[in-house]
Amino acid sequence: MGDILQLVLKRLGLGVVTLLVISILIFFAVELLPGDIAQAVLGQAATPETVAALREKMGLDQPAILRYFQWLGGALTGDFGVSLISGERVSEAISGRFINTLFLATYAAVIAVPISIILGVIVALLRNTLFDRVANVVTLTSISSPEFFLGYILILYLAVKTNYFPAIASLSTDMSFGELLHRTFLPALTLVLVVTAHMMRMTRAAIINLLASPYIEMARLKGVPPWKVIVKHALPNAWAPIINVVALNLAYLITGVVLVEVVFVYPGVGQLLVDAVSKRDFPIVQACCLIFAATFILLNLAADVGSILTNPRLRHPK
Amino acid sequence: MSTFVIGYYALLIGASCLAAYFKKRQLFLLIFSLTLISFVTGIVGGVGALRFITVAAGLLALAAGVSYAFREFLIIIASDGVAKELRTAPLTAAFGMFVIFTYAIAGIFAPIIAPFGEAEVISSAFAPADENMLLGADQLGRDMFSRLIYGARNTVGLALVATSLAFILGALTGLLAATKGGWFDQLMGRVADVIMSVPSLIFALLMLSIFGTSLFVIVIIVALIYSPRVFRLTRAVAGNVVVMDYIEAAKLRGEGNWYLIRREILPNSTAPLVAEFGLEFCFVFLLIAGLSFLGLGIQPPTADWGSMVRENATLISFGELTPLIPAAAIALLTVSVNFVVDWMLFRSSGLKEV
Repeated sequence: MGDILQLVLKRLGLGVVTLLVISILIFFAVELLPGDIAQAVLGQAATPETVAALREKMGLDQPAILRYFQWLGGALTGDFGVSLISGERVSEAISGRFINTLFLATYAAVIAVPISIILGVIVALLRNTLFDRVANVVTLTSISSPEFFLGYILILYLAVKTNYFPAIASLSTDMSFGELLHRTFLPALTLVLVVTAHMMRMTRAAIINLLASPYIEMARLKGVPPWKVIVKHALPNAWAPIINVVALNLAYLITGVVLVEVVFVYPGVGQLLVDAVSKRDFPIVQACCLIFAATFILLNLAADVGSILTNPRLRHPK
Repeated sequence: MSTFVIGYYALLIGASCLAAYFKKRQLFLLIFSLTLISFVTGIVGGVGALRFITVAAGLLALAAGVSYAFREFLIIIASDGVAKELRTAPLTAAFGMFVIFTYAIAGIFAPIIAPFGEAEVISSAFAPADENMLLGADQLGRDMFSRLIYGARNTVGLALVATSLAFILGALTGLLAATKGGWFDQLMGRVADVIMSVPSLIFALLMLSIFGTSLFVIVIIVALIYSPRVFRLTRAVAGNVVVMDYIEAAKLRGEGNWYLIRREILPNSTAPLVAEFGLEFCFVFLLIAGLSFLGLGIQPPTADWGSMVRENATLISFGELTPLIPAAAIALLTVSVNFVVDWMLFRSSGLKEV
């Protein structure tokens, strides 16, 4: 087991380093502003005195390195400073929304993961038939469509024309869980459509790759039925690539969620980020970017660790 | 039972019998499953659902016909070598080429095709379609159709410029990293890792919030975000070429890095790079469309597909299809490029499956 532990630890260390580099990037990107934040917030017309006052209030008179460590330390304890526009604490603006975003992503993932793995296996079994070709075209179309296209089509046909689901995902605290699932169904479905297509294609590719290997040929030659070849011989070896596929797509959900939240006016971090970008509210932008990037990196990390752990060759060292 | 329904089922059943008689197994399965699906949807959705299936099948047949004709046309006008390759193209690829061709025409000749200017206000807001305006007016009373045509020029043009820049940047560093190796290779590899470990949309939003949303900034940022993909591929492909004997021979002749890249490595790695250009274009195009949908891309009054969707989104709550047309235009182009890339990948790299 020592080898695996070492591999996993190495990968975790690499993840932490990447996160640190990203945080440096996010913090110092704002430093690239012509002038500085105070100047950018107040605009060109501000008098030097007001700029200097704001600069002092925000602590901009200290060296950037020092402020970076303060910011990073704050971020680790959940304190991202104060919004430039509303003066509200960034952590308060984000915390509730972050849970909403996580809920939406989880909702989509719970539907998408089983469906796409099962469909992916079926398509791999039926490869090079008409069904496979049709599935190929459909998934390709779904991947190529922008999220807002799928979202608006769903709104048009499932909300406006038929009234099955609400077009706008407004949430309130006193909703029952069923009501919550119903209200957020359309945004979740949009995400499911995009992610399922990706996952199906990648699962199919992973399994077909395996089916070319000699031990599958051997199993076939000794007369094992096709479904048993897949379930008993191919699938155990396919777990590593499939786990990878799933984690990569969950990471993809994180990006997709931004556009979907805007389409459905869903109160999540993505919506907050887009608003903050157009208002140039840097503390919020930095905090949201850090959260998204951290989730993305963590999921990628999970993918790597998962594929290390499920690799049978590493579990039984010689 | 109207004559339409009777004719519909008669046609389907007759066709499936014919297919079965001539032993076309796949065709029979397709038509017969369509018949079974029609039974179910016909009971649930009534005649409307059957009409919808008919229209969809008709459109599909039309698309297939157009792509077949376009492929034959290309085969006739192309030279012998190219024509031989084109004969192997599946219908989907031909369809993709046809769509790309149409978009190119629309984009290049936009001022001639579009009946009105892109920022010209000609009627009241959200005016319905009439003989002057093919698709009606947008939220300021500008002609939707003209803006759609101009959008082909602006949106696709911007994506093309950004993709080319990303490609030049990524390919050059990739080739240099492969030929030089050593610390340059290491450094560029780590930089690419960092850029790729941030989700692209998030990275773009961060940069746009800092540098503002001018066209120049968008192009640079998008190119920067997507160049690592090209870098990795180029480095991998060129890495396989660099170890060849003829490269060694050229080095012994005393040729410089630039000569090696230009005359020896590039010609031997074009096929995967061209396919990557297509894929890259899809990513860039979707990112730019997403950004302008969020109101952070091409700024008004310039016509642009992403922002057109956002500006007219209110129409959707009245059950109108028009705001979806620019979004569909985006999807159609991306699908088409993907179809063509699929075929090229299949042809060049032997991604042939068992």
